Amino acid sequence: MRIAVGASGPSKDAPAEERFGRCAYFVVFDENGNVLETINNEGAASAEGAGIRTTQILLDHNVNVVLTGRVGPKAINALLAGGVAVYTGVADTVSGTLENYKKGLMQPLAVPNARQHSGKGPEKRVVK
Amino acid sequence: MIISVASGKGGTGKTTVATSMALALQACDHVTFLDCDVEEPNGHIFLNPEFTETENIYIEVPKIDPGKCNLCGRCAEVCAFNALLVAGEAVITFPELCHGCGGCRYFCPVGAISPEPKQIGTVERGVAGRLAFVRGRLEVGAALSPPLVDAVRKNRGPGGITIVDAPPGTSCPVIHSVRGTDFCLLVTEPTPFGLNDLDLAVQMVRSLGVPCGVLINRAREGWGIIEKYCRQEGITVMMKIPLSQEIAEAYSRGVSLAKFDRGWNDAFKQLYREIGGLVANERSHCNQR
Repeated sequence: MRIAVGASGPSKDAPAEERFGRCAYFVVFDENGNVLETINNEGAASAEGAGIRTTQILLDHNVNVVLTGRVGPKAINALLAGGVAVYTGVADTVSGTLENYKKGLMQPLAVPNARQHSGKGPEKRVVK
Repeated sequence: MIISVASGKGGTGKTTVATSMALALQACDHVTFLDCDVEEPNGHIFLNPEFTETENIYIEVPKIDPGKCNLCGRCAEVCAFNALLVAGEAVITFPELCHGCGGCRYFCPVGAISPEPKQIGTVERGVAGRLAFVRGRLEVGAALSPPLVDAVRKNRGPGGITIVDAPPGTSCPVIHSVRGTDFCLLVTEPTPFGLNDLDLAVQMVRSLGVPCGVLINRAREGWGIIEKYCRQEGITVMMKIPLSQEIAEAYSRGVSLAKFDRGWNDAFKQLYREIGGLVANERSHCNQR
Protein backbone atom coordinates (compact mmCIF):
# COMPACT_ATOMS: atom_id res chain seq x y z
CA MET A 1 0.00 0.00 0.00
CA ARG A 2 1.25 3.49 -0.84
CA ILE A 3 0.26 6.30 1.52
CA ALA A 4 0.89 9.91 0.42
CA VAL A 5 1.10 12.66 3.04
CA GLY A 6 0.77 16.32 2.11
CA ALA A 7 3.99 18.13 3.00
CA SER A 8 5.35 21.65 2.77
CA GLY A 9 8.90 20.27 2.35
CA PRO A 10 10.43 17.18 0.71
CA SER A 11 11.01 15.12 3.87
CA LYS A 12 9.10 13.21 6.55
CA ASP A 13 10.15 15.80 9.15
CA ALA A 14 8.67 18.67 7.16
CA PRO A 15 5.49 20.41 8.37
CA ALA A 16 2.36 18.70 7.06
CA GLU A 17 0.31 20.67 4.54
CA GLU A 18 -3.40 21.16 5.06
CA ARG A 19 -4.30 22.16 1.51
CA PHE A 20 -4.64 19.37 -1.03
CA GLY A 21 -4.36 20.85 -4.54
CA ARG A 22 -1.92 23.59 -3.56
CA CYS A 23 0.31 21.23 -1.59
CA ALA A 24 4.00 21.58 -2.58
CA TYR A 25 5.15 17.98 -1.90
CA PHE A 26 3.80 14.55 -1.07
CA VAL A 27 5.90 12.12 0.94
CA VAL A 28 4.92 8.53 0.05
CA PHE A 29 5.21 5.81 2.71
CA ASP A 30 4.56 2.09 2.73
CA GLU A 31 2.36 0.66 5.50
CA ASN A 32 5.45 0.08 7.68
CA GLY A 33 6.35 3.74 7.65
CA ASN A 34 9.28 3.52 5.20
CA VAL A 35 9.64 6.49 2.87
CA LEU A 36 9.22 5.20 -0.69
CA GLU A 37 9.52 8.48 -2.57
CA THR A 38 8.90 12.21 -2.44
CA ILE A 39 6.66 13.74 -5.09
CA ASN A 40 7.20 17.33 -6.16
CA ASN A 41 3.62 18.42 -6.85
CA GLU A 42 3.68 20.38 -10.09
CA GLY A 43 -0.11 20.56 -9.94
CA ALA A 44 0.14 23.21 -7.21
CA ALA A 45 1.14 25.81 -9.79
CA SER A 46 -2.00 25.32 -11.94
CA ALA A 47 -4.06 28.42 -12.59
CA GLU A 48 -7.19 26.32 -12.26
CA GLY A 49 -8.02 22.74 -11.44
CA ALA A 50 -4.99 22.27 -9.17
CA GLY A 51 -6.80 19.52 -7.26
CA ILE A 52 -7.44 17.58 -10.46
CA ARG A 53 -3.84 17.87 -11.67
CA THR A 54 -2.61 16.89 -8.20
CA THR A 55 -4.90 13.85 -8.22
CA GLN A 56 -3.55 12.87 -11.64
CA ILE A 57 0.01 13.03 -10.32
CA LEU A 58 -0.88 10.88 -7.29
CA LEU A 59 -2.63 8.34 -9.54
CA ASP A 60 0.41 8.25 -11.83
CA HIS A 61 2.44 7.38 -8.72
CA ASN A 62 0.00 4.59 -7.79
CA VAL A 63 -0.99 6.17 -4.48
CA ASN A 64 -3.75 4.31 -2.57
CA VAL A 65 -4.30 6.62 0.40
CA VAL A 66 -3.79 10.37 0.79
CA LEU A 67 -3.55 12.15 4.14
CA THR A 68 -4.38 15.84 3.87
CA GLY A 69 -6.55 18.62 5.30
CA ARG A 70 -8.91 20.45 3.02
CA VAL A 71 -10.19 19.00 -0.26
CA GLY A 72 -12.35 20.93 -2.74
CA PRO A 73 -15.37 19.62 -4.66
CA LYS A 74 -13.63 18.81 -7.96
CA ALA A 75 -10.62 17.28 -6.21
CA ILE A 76 -12.69 14.93 -4.04
CA ASN A 77 -14.63 13.73 -7.11
CA ALA A 78 -11.34 13.12 -8.90
CA LEU A 79 -9.82 11.27 -5.94
CA LEU A 80 -12.86 9.07 -5.38
CA ALA A 81 -13.11 8.30 -9.10
CA GLY A 82 -9.48 7.28 -9.04
CA GLY A 83 -10.10 4.99 -6.07
CA VAL A 84 -7.89 6.93 -3.66
CA ALA A 85 -8.93 6.81 0.00
CA VAL A 86 -8.83 10.28 1.56
CA TYR A 87 -8.21 10.99 5.24
CA THR A 88 -8.12 14.45 6.81
CA GLY A 89 -6.83 16.05 9.99
CA VAL A 90 -3.08 16.38 9.50
CA ALA A 91 -0.75 16.66 12.52
CA ASP A 92 2.03 19.25 12.67
CA THR A 93 4.61 17.10 10.85
CA VAL A 94 4.47 14.58 8.02
CA SER A 95 5.64 11.66 10.17
CA GLY A 96 3.26 12.68 12.98
CA THR A 97 0.41 12.62 10.46
CA LEU A 98 1.31 9.09 9.42
CA GLU A 99 1.35 8.03 13.10
CA ASN A 100 -2.12 9.53 13.59
CA TYR A 101 -3.36 7.64 10.54
CA LYS A 102 -1.99 4.37 11.85
CA LYS A 103 -3.66 4.98 15.23
CA GLY A 104 -6.97 5.61 13.44
CA LEU A 105 -7.13 9.25 14.53
CA MET A 106 -7.81 10.69 11.06
CA GLN A 107 -11.22 11.18 9.47
CA PRO A 108 -12.13 9.45 6.19
CA LEU A 109 -13.58 11.92 3.69
CA ALA A 110 -16.18 11.22 1.01
CA VAL A 111 -17.51 14.72 0.42
CA PRO A 112 -15.61 17.99 -0.09
CA ASN A 113 -14.70 19.84 3.10
CA ALA A 114 -13.49 23.03 1.44
CA ARG A 115 -14.80 25.41 -1.21
CA GLN A 116 -13.15 25.47 -4.58
CA HIS A 117 -10.14 27.79 -4.85
CA SER A 118 -9.89 27.93 -1.05
CA GLY A 119 -6.30 26.65 -1.22
CA LYS A 120 -5.31 29.84 -2.98
CA GLY A 121 -5.81 32.00 0.10
CA PRO A 122 -3.37 32.64 2.94
CA GLU A 123 -1.86 29.41 4.15
CA LYS A 124 -3.42 28.01 7.30
CA ARG A 125 -2.47 24.87 9.10
CA VAL A 126 -4.25 22.81 11.66
CA VAL A 127 -1.95 22.04 14.55
CA LYS A 128 -3.14 19.47 16.98
CA MET B 1 -16.13 52.91 -37.11
CA ILE B 2 -15.92 50.63 -34.09
CA ILE B 3 -15.14 52.34 -30.78
CA SER B 4 -14.47 50.27 -27.67
CA VAL B 5 -14.91 51.76 -24.22
CA ALA B 6 -12.67 50.10 -21.65
CA SER B 7 -10.93 50.80 -18.34
CA GLY B 8 -8.43 49.03 -16.17
CA LYS B 9 -10.27 49.81 -12.95
CA GLY B 10 -13.91 48.84 -12.54
CA GLY B 11 -16.57 51.41 -11.73
CA THR B 12 -14.94 54.31 -13.52
CA GLY B 13 -17.91 55.00 -15.79
CA LYS B 14 -17.48 52.86 -18.92
CA THR B 15 -21.18 52.25 -19.30
CA THR B 16 -22.07 55.88 -18.56
CA VAL B 17 -19.72 56.95 -21.35
CA ALA B 18 -20.61 54.18 -23.81
CA THR B 19 -24.37 54.65 -23.48
CA SER B 20 -24.05 58.45 -23.60
CA MET B 21 -22.03 58.27 -26.76
CA ALA B 22 -24.52 55.87 -28.33
CA LEU B 23 -27.46 58.14 -27.43
CA ALA B 24 -25.70 61.26 -28.67
CA LEU B 25 -24.63 59.71 -31.98
CA GLN B 26 -27.94 58.08 -32.92
CA ALA B 27 -29.00 61.41 -34.39
CA CYS B 28 -26.00 61.37 -36.80
CA ASP B 29 -25.69 57.79 -37.98
CA HIS B 30 -26.84 54.20 -37.50
CA VAL B 31 -25.47 53.13 -34.11
CA THR B 32 -25.05 49.59 -32.77
CA PHE B 33 -24.40 49.19 -29.04
CA LEU B 34 -22.62 45.97 -28.00
CA ASP B 35 -22.62 45.18 -24.28
CA CYS B 36 -19.58 42.88 -23.99
CA ASP B 37 -19.52 42.96 -20.18
CA VAL B 38 -21.19 39.55 -20.30
CA GLU B 39 -20.63 38.78 -16.63
CA GLU B 40 -22.53 41.86 -15.53
CA PRO B 41 -24.22 43.51 -18.50
CA ASN B 42 -25.85 46.80 -17.49
CA GLY B 43 -26.12 48.88 -20.67
CA HIS B 44 -29.82 47.94 -20.86
CA ILE B 45 -30.52 49.90 -17.66
CA PHE B 46 -29.63 53.14 -19.47
CA LEU B 47 -30.86 52.32 -22.98
CA ASN B 48 -34.04 50.31 -22.20
CA PRO B 49 -33.96 48.03 -25.26
CA GLU B 50 -36.72 45.68 -26.39
CA PHE B 51 -35.23 42.30 -27.19
CA THR B 52 -36.43 40.59 -30.34
CA GLU B 53 -34.22 37.51 -30.57
CA THR B 54 -32.03 35.27 -28.44
CA GLU B 55 -29.25 32.98 -29.61
CA ASN B 56 -27.63 30.30 -27.44
CA ILE B 57 -23.83 30.23 -27.50
CA TYR B 58 -21.91 27.00 -27.03
CA ILE B 59 -18.33 25.85 -26.65
CA GLU B 60 -17.17 22.36 -27.57
CA VAL B 61 -16.15 20.24 -24.59
CA PRO B 62 -14.63 16.75 -24.94
CA LYS B 63 -16.74 13.61 -25.00
CA ILE B 64 -14.77 10.40 -24.53
CA ASP B 65 -15.66 7.19 -26.36
CA PRO B 66 -14.71 4.51 -23.77
CA GLY B 67 -14.69 1.87 -26.53
CA LYS B 68 -11.85 3.63 -28.33
CA CYS B 69 -9.97 5.19 -25.37
CA ASN B 70 -6.81 3.30 -24.39
CA LEU B 71 -6.25 5.41 -21.21
CA CYS B 72 -2.90 6.69 -22.48
CA GLY B 73 -3.41 10.01 -20.66
CA ARG B 74 -2.29 12.25 -23.52
CA CYS B 75 -5.48 14.35 -23.25
CA ALA B 76 -4.98 15.08 -19.53
CA GLU B 77 -1.32 15.85 -20.17
CA VAL B 78 -1.96 18.46 -22.90
CA CYS B 79 -4.93 20.14 -21.17
CA ALA B 80 -3.65 23.45 -19.79
CA PHE B 81 -6.80 23.82 -17.68
CA ASN B 82 -6.83 20.41 -15.95
CA ALA B 83 -10.25 19.56 -17.39
CA LEU B 84 -9.46 15.86 -17.89
CA LEU B 85 -8.36 13.14 -15.50
CA VAL B 86 -7.36 9.54 -16.19
CA ALA B 87 -8.72 7.72 -13.16
CA GLY B 88 -8.48 3.94 -13.10
CA GLU B 89 -10.40 2.60 -16.08
CA ALA B 90 -11.94 5.83 -17.32
CA VAL B 91 -11.19 9.37 -18.39
CA ILE B 92 -13.26 11.86 -16.40
CA THR B 93 -14.00 15.31 -17.82
CA PHE B 94 -14.59 18.52 -15.89
CA PRO B 95 -16.51 20.62 -18.45
CA GLU B 96 -16.60 23.61 -16.07
CA LEU B 97 -12.81 23.94 -16.48
CA CYS B 98 -12.76 23.36 -20.27
CA HIS B 99 -11.89 26.36 -22.45
CA GLY B 100 -13.08 24.56 -25.60
CA CYS B 101 -9.67 24.72 -27.30
CA GLY B 102 -9.95 21.21 -28.75
CA GLY B 103 -6.34 20.32 -27.85
CA CYS B 104 -7.35 16.99 -26.30
CA ARG B 105 -9.24 16.05 -29.46
CA TYR B 106 -6.33 17.05 -31.68
CA PHE B 107 -3.72 15.09 -29.73
CA CYS B 108 -5.75 11.94 -28.93
CA PRO B 109 -3.80 9.21 -30.75
CA VAL B 110 -6.82 6.90 -31.14
CA GLY B 111 -9.55 9.40 -32.06
CA ALA B 112 -11.59 8.67 -28.93
CA ILE B 113 -12.62 12.28 -28.30
CA SER B 114 -15.53 13.99 -30.03
CA PRO B 115 -16.81 17.53 -29.49
CA GLU B 116 -19.91 17.99 -27.39
CA PRO B 117 -21.64 21.39 -27.26
CA LYS B 118 -21.98 23.03 -23.86
CA GLN B 119 -23.98 26.23 -23.50
CA ILE B 120 -22.02 29.08 -21.92
CA GLY B 121 -24.50 31.89 -22.43
CA THR B 122 -26.85 33.76 -24.72
CA VAL B 123 -26.64 36.68 -27.13
CA GLU B 124 -29.74 38.88 -27.08
CA ARG B 125 -30.53 41.31 -29.88
CA GLY B 126 -33.01 44.12 -29.83
CA VAL B 127 -33.66 47.79 -30.45
CA ALA B 128 -33.56 50.80 -28.20
CA GLY B 129 -35.20 53.63 -30.12
CA ARG B 130 -33.00 54.11 -33.17
CA LEU B 131 -30.16 52.08 -31.66
CA ALA B 132 -29.45 48.46 -32.42
CA PHE B 133 -28.71 46.85 -29.05
CA VAL B 134 -26.88 43.55 -28.49
CA ARG B 135 -25.75 42.05 -25.23
CA GLY B 136 -24.21 38.81 -24.05
CA ARG B 137 -25.25 37.04 -20.88
CA LEU B 138 -22.97 34.44 -19.37
CA GLU B 139 -24.63 31.40 -17.81
CA VAL B 140 -24.39 31.28 -14.04
CA GLY B 141 -21.54 28.90 -13.23
CA ALA B 142 -19.84 29.29 -16.62
CA ALA B 143 -16.31 30.52 -16.07
CA LEU B 144 -15.29 31.38 -19.60
CA SER B 145 -16.57 34.48 -21.26
CA PRO B 146 -14.24 35.11 -24.28
CA PRO B 147 -16.18 32.88 -26.74
CA LEU B 148 -19.37 34.69 -25.70
CA VAL B 149 -17.70 38.10 -26.08
CA ASP B 150 -16.65 37.04 -29.60
CA ALA B 151 -20.24 36.09 -30.37
CA VAL B 152 -21.44 39.55 -29.28
CA ARG B 153 -18.69 41.26 -31.28
CA LYS B 154 -19.90 39.58 -34.51
CA ASN B 155 -23.05 41.72 -34.34
CA ARG B 156 -21.93 44.88 -36.02
CA GLY B 157 -24.30 46.81 -38.16
CA PRO B 158 -23.67 47.47 -41.86
CA GLY B 159 -21.42 50.55 -41.77
CA GLY B 160 -22.46 53.09 -39.20
CA ILE B 161 -20.98 53.34 -35.71
CA THR B 162 -20.48 50.45 -33.32
CA ILE B 163 -19.90 51.17 -29.63
CA VAL B 164 -18.43 48.30 -27.61
CA ASP B 165 -18.90 48.44 -23.84
CA ALA B 166 -16.05 46.28 -22.53
CA PRO B 167 -15.73 44.56 -19.17
CA PRO B 168 -13.30 46.08 -16.63
CA GLY B 169 -9.74 44.86 -16.23
CA THR B 170 -7.12 43.81 -18.76
CA SER B 171 -7.71 40.07 -19.03
CA CYS B 172 -9.02 37.84 -21.85
CA PRO B 173 -12.65 39.08 -21.95
CA VAL B 174 -11.40 42.68 -22.28
CA ILE B 175 -8.88 41.78 -24.96
CA HIS B 176 -11.62 40.01 -26.93
CA SER B 177 -13.77 43.14 -26.58
CA VAL B 178 -11.09 45.64 -27.66
CA ARG B 179 -9.10 43.69 -30.27
CA GLY B 180 -9.87 44.77 -33.82
CA THR B 181 -11.74 47.93 -32.85
CA ASP B 182 -10.71 51.20 -34.54
CA PHE B 183 -10.26 53.11 -31.31
CA CYS B 184 -10.34 52.42 -27.59
CA LEU B 185 -11.57 55.07 -25.19
CA LEU B 186 -10.09 54.40 -21.75
CA VAL B 187 -12.23 55.71 -18.91
CA THR B 188 -10.47 56.39 -15.64
CA GLU B 189 -10.65 58.48 -12.48
CA PRO B 190 -7.99 60.71 -10.87
CA THR B 191 -7.07 58.36 -8.03
CA PRO B 192 -3.94 56.22 -7.52
CA PHE B 193 -6.03 53.12 -8.30
CA GLY B 194 -7.39 54.77 -11.43
CA LEU B 195 -3.88 55.66 -12.56
CA ASN B 196 -2.38 52.24 -11.81
CA ASP B 197 -5.08 50.40 -13.72
CA LEU B 198 -5.10 52.94 -16.55
CA ASP B 199 -1.41 52.23 -17.08
CA LEU B 200 -2.16 48.50 -17.32
CA ALA B 201 -4.96 49.19 -19.79
CA VAL B 202 -2.71 51.44 -21.91
CA GLN B 203 -0.12 48.67 -22.12
CA MET B 204 -2.86 46.27 -23.16
CA VAL B 205 -4.30 48.42 -25.98
CA ARG B 206 -0.80 49.24 -27.23
CA SER B 207 0.09 45.56 -27.45
CA LEU B 208 -3.13 45.08 -29.43
CA GLY B 209 -2.20 47.94 -31.75
CA VAL B 210 -5.45 49.81 -31.05
CA PRO B 211 -5.13 53.62 -30.84
CA CYS B 212 -6.45 55.01 -27.57
CA GLY B 213 -7.45 58.18 -25.77
CA VAL B 214 -8.36 58.85 -22.17
CA LEU B 215 -11.55 60.14 -20.59
CA ILE B 216 -11.26 61.32 -16.99
CA ASN B 217 -14.42 60.77 -14.99
CA ARG B 218 -15.08 62.34 -11.57
CA ALA B 219 -12.43 64.93 -12.42
CA ARG B 220 -11.56 67.46 -9.71
CA GLU B 221 -9.56 70.66 -9.60
CA GLY B 222 -6.01 69.95 -8.54
CA TRP B 223 -6.26 66.18 -9.02
CA GLY B 224 -3.88 66.08 -11.98
CA ILE B 225 -2.20 62.64 -11.80
CA ILE B 226 -3.93 61.33 -14.90
CA GLU B 227 -3.07 64.40 -17.03
CA LYS B 228 0.54 64.12 -15.91
CA TYR B 229 0.65 60.45 -16.91
CA CYS B 230 -1.00 61.18 -20.27
CA ARG B 231 1.53 63.94 -21.04
CA GLN B 232 4.39 61.55 -20.28
CA GLU B 233 2.88 58.82 -22.44
CA GLY B 234 1.75 61.08 -25.28
CA ILE B 235 -1.92 60.12 -24.87
CA THR B 236 -4.71 62.63 -25.56
CA VAL B 237 -7.12 63.43 -22.73
CA MET B 238 -10.31 63.52 -24.80
CA MET B 239 -12.85 64.64 -22.18
CA LYS B 240 -13.30 65.27 -18.48
CA ILE B 241 -16.52 64.66 -16.59
CA PRO B 242 -16.51 66.46 -13.22
CA LEU B 243 -17.28 64.86 -9.88
CA SER B 244 -20.87 66.02 -9.50
CA GLN B 245 -23.74 65.02 -7.27
CA GLU B 246 -26.22 65.87 -10.05
CA ILE B 247 -24.58 63.42 -12.44
CA ALA B 248 -24.42 60.74 -9.75
CA GLU B 249 -28.13 61.22 -8.97
CA ALA B 250 -29.08 60.91 -12.64
CA TYR B 251 -26.94 57.78 -12.89
CA SER B 252 -28.67 56.25 -9.88
CA ARG B 253 -32.01 56.73 -11.67
CA GLY B 254 -30.63 55.00 -14.79
CA VAL B 255 -30.45 58.26 -16.76
CA SER B 256 -27.44 58.50 -19.01
CA LEU B 257 -25.38 61.67 -19.10
CA ALA B 258 -26.29 62.48 -22.70
CA LYS B 259 -30.00 62.22 -21.91
CA PHE B 260 -29.77 64.22 -18.74
CA ASP B 261 -28.10 67.26 -20.25
CA ARG B 262 -28.17 68.73 -23.76
CA GLY B 263 -24.66 70.14 -23.31
CA TRP B 264 -23.24 66.69 -22.60
CA ASN B 265 -25.09 65.33 -25.61
CA ASP B 266 -23.21 67.83 -27.81
CA ALA B 267 -19.95 67.11 -25.99
CA PHE B 268 -20.20 63.40 -26.86
CA LYS B 269 -20.80 64.27 -30.53
CA GLN B 270 -17.70 66.44 -30.41
CA LEU B 271 -15.81 63.57 -28.72
CA TYR B 272 -16.78 61.30 -31.61
CA ARG B 273 -15.48 63.83 -34.16
CA GLU B 274 -12.19 64.06 -32.29
CA ILE B 275 -11.88 60.29 -32.18
CA GLY B 276 -12.50 60.25 -35.94
CA GLY B 277 -9.67 62.76 -36.35
CA LEU B 278 -7.26 60.72 -34.23
CA VAL B 279 -8.09 57.52 -36.10
CA ALA B 280 -7.61 59.21 -39.51
CA ASN B 281 -4.30 60.62 -38.28
CA GLU B 282 -3.16 57.21 -37.04
CA ARG B 283 -4.05 55.60 -40.36
CA SER B 284 -2.16 58.15 -42.45
CA HIS B 285 0.87 57.64 -40.16
CA CYS B 286 0.63 53.91 -40.69
CA ASN B 287 0.44 54.37 -44.46
CA GLN B 288 3.51 56.60 -44.43
CA ARG B 289 5.47 53.97 -42.50
